Amino acid sequence: MYVAVKGGERAIDAAHAWLAEERRGDTGIAALSVAQIREQLALAVNRVMAEGSLYDPDLAALAIKQSRGDLIEAVFLIRAYRTTLPRFGASSPIDTGRMALTRRISATFKDLPGGQILGPTFDYTHRLLDFALMAEGETPASVISAPVSSPTGETGVHLAAAVPHVTGFLNRDGLIQTETPGDSTPPDLTREPMELPATRPLRLQALTRGDEGFVLSLAYSTQRGYGRTHAFVGELRIGTVAVEMDIPELGFAVQIGEVEVTECETVNQFTGSKTEPPQFTRGYGLVFGQTERKAISMSLVDRALRWQELGEDFTGAPAQDEEFVLMHADNVQATGFLEHIKLPHYVDFQAELELIRRLRAEAIAAKEAAE
Amino acid sequence: MTPEALLGGFIDAPVQSAHAFRAGLEALARPGTLHSLTGATPPAPMSVAAGVLILTLCDGTTPVHLAGHHDSDAIRDWVTFHVGAPLVTAEKAMFAIGTWAAMQPVGRFAIGQPDYPDRSATLIVEMPTLAPSGPHLSGPRLSGPGIKGEARLALPETAAFVRNRALFPLGFDCFFTAGSLVAGLPRSTNVEAN
Amino acid sequence: MTAPLPALAAVDSVAQPDHGRDERAGFHPEQPDVQHDRSREDHAKDQPVEKVVMALHAAHPEKGSMTDYNFAYLDEQTKRMIRRAILKGIAIPGYQVPFASREMPMPYGWGTGGVQVTAACLTPDDTLKVIDQGADDTTNAVSIRKFFQRTAGVAVTEATTEATIIQTRHRIPETALTKGQILVYQVPIPEPLRFLEPRETETRKMHELEEYGLMHVKLYEDIARHGTIATSYDYPVKVEGRYVMDPSPIPKFDNPKLSDNPAIQLFGAGREQRIYALPPHTHVVSLDFDDHPFVASKAAHDCDLCAAQDSYLDEVITDDQGSRMFVCSDTDFCRSRREAGHLGRLGTPLSEVEQ
Repeated sequence: MYVAVKGGERAIDAAHAWLAEERRGDTGIAALSVAQIREQLALAVNRVMAEGSLYDPDLAALAIKQSRGDLIEAVFLIRAYRTTLPRFGASSPIDTGRMALTRRISATFKDLPGGQILGPTFDYTHRLLDFALMAEGETPASVISAPVSSPTGETGVHLAAAVPHVTGFLNRDGLIQTETPGDSTPPDLTREPMELPATRPLRLQALTRGDEGFVLSLAYSTQRGYGRTHAFVGELRIGTVAVEMDIPELGFAVQIGEVEVTECETVNQFTGSKTEPPQFTRGYGLVFGQTERKAISMSLVDRALRWQELGEDFTGAPAQDEEFVLMHADNVQATGFLEHIKLPHYVDFQAELELIRRLRAEAIAAKEAAE
Repeated sequence: MTPEALLGGFIDAPVQSAHAFRAGLEALARPGTLHSLTGATPPAPMSVAAGVLILTLCDGTTPVHLAGHHDSDAIRDWVTFHVGAPLVTAEKAMFAIGTWAAMQPVGRFAIGQPDYPDRSATLIVEMPTLAPSGPHLSGPRLSGPGIKGEARLALPETAAFVRNRALFPLGFDCFFTAGSLVAGLPRSTNVEAN
Repeated sequence: MTAPLPALAAVDSVAQPDHGRDERAGFHPEQPDVQHDRSREDHAKDQPVEKVVMALHAAHPEKGSMTDYNFAYLDEQTKRMIRRAILKGIAIPGYQVPFASREMPMPYGWGTGGVQVTAACLTPDDTLKVIDQGADDTTNAVSIRKFFQRTAGVAVTEATTEATIIQTRHRIPETALTKGQILVYQVPIPEPLRFLEPRETETRKMHELEEYGLMHVKLYEDIARHGTIATSYDYPVKVEGRYVMDPSPIPKFDNPKLSDNPAIQLFGAGREQRIYALPPHTHVVSLDFDDHPFVASKAAHDCDLCAAQDSYLDEVITDDQGSRMFVCSDTDFCRSRREAGHLGRLGTPLSEVEQ
C-alpha cells in the first residue's frame, strides 16, 4: 500500500521552529541586542541599508539579527519591508558638496582645499587578529581629534561647511569632461520595470543597490584589462548630508533628517577622439553608509558602462555590457532564482525522463535493426 | 475646489477596487458581456461605472484626458482630488473619458509602439445605454480572444473598430459605460457590421 | 555616527515625481477616522509639515506584524499598476507586458509574479487554490496559500471545481476549468526566445518583427539530431497567430488545455517583471512541423492509485530494487476519483486509509 507523502504544512512549521532555535544559539550566551548590532557591526548594517535601498540602521540591524548574519537574507528582509512603505514624497537631491565629513581622500592630489581626512579606515591597519577583543578586554582608544563638525541644536543636525569636489578643480581648467545637470526626473528602478537600453541614472540606481561582491568583481575585471578605464580615485568622501524635502504647503524645503553616504568620483584617462581633444572622464559612485569598497567599485563599473557615450570601442568585456551588468547585479533577484531550483521540479523532470527513455529505446532499436 | 469634489469616492478602497477590477477584467476578457460597477458617485455627466474605473485604475502616474462635457470643473476637481491624475490632452493620455463623439478623432490617442504595444490608451466611452449581447440583437458581430463563437454589442460605430483591429498588436482598448454597467472591447476583437 | 536617524524611504533622495499621493481616503463626514490598514498613508496627506515629518519618524513604530499590511498584502498603488498591466495583457494576448514587480516576502523564483497577480485579482469573496507540481500539499503551495489566508483572509480549497482563483506552478489542473475561474501561473523565464538569444533588447525586436525563425530552427535541429522535438516541458506556443509565448514549465501534456479554455489565464513573472495573459477561448497552438506534429505525451501507464488513464503522472521510486509506481500529479483529481470508487493497481479504498 502506498500513501502519498503529506504534511508539508507540519514540516514547514517544524522547520521554522528549528530555525528560530538555531538563530538564538546557546541560550547560555547573552542574546545580541539590535542596538549592539547597529553600533558594533555598523559596516554590515551599512551594506544592508545600501543593498536594501532603505536608510534605517535600526531596521537593518534587526534584519541582520533575524537573518543570523546572512547579509543577503537581511537585504531581502529590508527590501520586502521597504516595498510596502507608503511614499510621502520625494526629497530634493542631496548636496554632497555640503557634507559633514568623517573621511575624505584624494589619490590624485597631495593636498587640496578642504584637506585630506583619513578618518576611521582599515587602510593602514595591520591585519593581525586582536586577541584582546576575544578576551573582551578591549579599551576604547581615545579619540585624538574631534569630528570635523559637531551637532548643533536639538535637531542633531550637522552644519557642514562647503568642501569643494576635486573634480571641480579639474573641471575649471577644462581638463575633465563636464557633467551637465539635468532637470528631468530620473526613472525609479523600484517603481518602474527595468527598460533597456538604460539611462545613466537608472544604471547608477542599479549599481548602488547591486550586490557588493558582484560589483566589486566587475570593477576588478576592468582593472585587469576587461574594459580597462585607467581609474584614479579623484576623491572619496564619507560623511553625513542633510535630506531636504519641498513641502508644497509651505513653499520651501525643510530638512527632514540626514543620511550618511560614501561618494567616489574617479578620474579616468581618455585619449580623445577625432572630434574631442584629450580630456579626463569620470566614473561615479554613491552608496548609503560607510561603504567605500562598494562606492569605488560602482564608479569603476559606471565608467566602464559609459563606453558608448564617450565614443569608445566595445571590447566585449562583461563590465561594458549594460544588459549583462544590470540584469545580474541584484542579489535578491539572483539568490531567489538560484535557490528556487531547490523547489520540486518533478513534473518537468518526469517529462524529461519520458523523453529520454523514448529516445534511448528508439536509438537502441535502430541500432539492433542495423546489426 | 468645491466640497462636492471631496465626495463620491470609495469608502473601503482595497475591497471596492478589488471587486471593480474583477468586473473590469471580466468585461475586457469577454468582449460583449455586461458587468456591474458600483461604489462611486462622480459628478454628472460621468457615469457611476466610469467613475469606478477611474478610481480603480488611475493615479498620479496615469495621465487622464477628459473629453467634451466631461471636461468640467466639477469632474476635474473630482478626478484631481480622488486619484491625483494629471489631466492632459488626448495625445498624451493613458486613459480618456467621454462620449464617443467627444473623443473624435480617435486617431489622436496612443496606440502603443511596435516594441511596446502596451503603451496605448484605454478609452472609457460613455454610452446612453448598453445592450447585452445576444443573437437576436442587431449590434455588430464580435469575434476573437475572449469570445466563444461570436458575441454582439451595440457600438457607436463599426468602422473605427475595424480600423483599430487592423493595427493589431497596436491599437487602443475600450470600456463602454452606461449607468453602472460596463462592457469591454480590446483591440484584439474583430468587429463586423451586420 | 551615533545620532539615531529618521526613517526615510530610500533611494528617493534622487528626486521623484509625485508618486507620494497614494491613497486618498476621500471625505467621509460620517466616518471621520476611516481606518484601513494603511491609515498612516491616508492621514499624511495634505497635512502641515510637522505632521508629515512626524509621520516619517513614526513610519514603522510597530514594525512587522502582518496586521500592518493592506488587504492582500500589496498597497493600492501597486495593485493599480499590476491591474493596468493585466488589462493590457488581456488586450494583447501572449504579449509580455513589463510591470514594476515588487519585492515580496518570499524569494524571487518562488512564485512572486504569480503572488502579485493573485494579490491584484483577489476579492474577499474569492476561494483560492494553490498548487505546485499539481499538488496542493507541496511545501511552497502550502506556504503561498497560508500567505493569502493571513493577508487577505480568503477562503481556500483543494477542489479545482470550488476555486475561483487557482495559482499554479508547472501544471494545469486535470479537471476542466470553467467560466469565471482565473488560473494564475508562476513563470520563471517568460521569454520563450531567451535561451536562443539572451538579450532582452534583441528578443523584444524579434517579437516586434514576428521573427520567430530562430525558434523553428532550434526545434528542427532537435528533429535532425533526435528524430523528434526534444522539448518535453516549457514547450513554446503561438497565440492567435501572432505572439510566440512561453507557457511556463508545464509538461507539454498540458499544452492543449491552454487553447480555447473557458477560464482567464494570467501569467506572472516577478523577477523578470513581466505579466501576460490568455483571455478565455483564445486560440493557442503548440509550435510544430507538418511532418513532425506536436504530440502531448505522458507516461504510458495508468495511475496506480486511481486508475486514471488520461492524467499526467509522477513516477515514485518505491524501493532500491528498481520498483516504481505512477500516481497522478494532480492530487485533487486523484483523490476525487478515489472518492468516486476508482481503484488503481496499488490503491487502497479510501475508507480503509486512516486520515
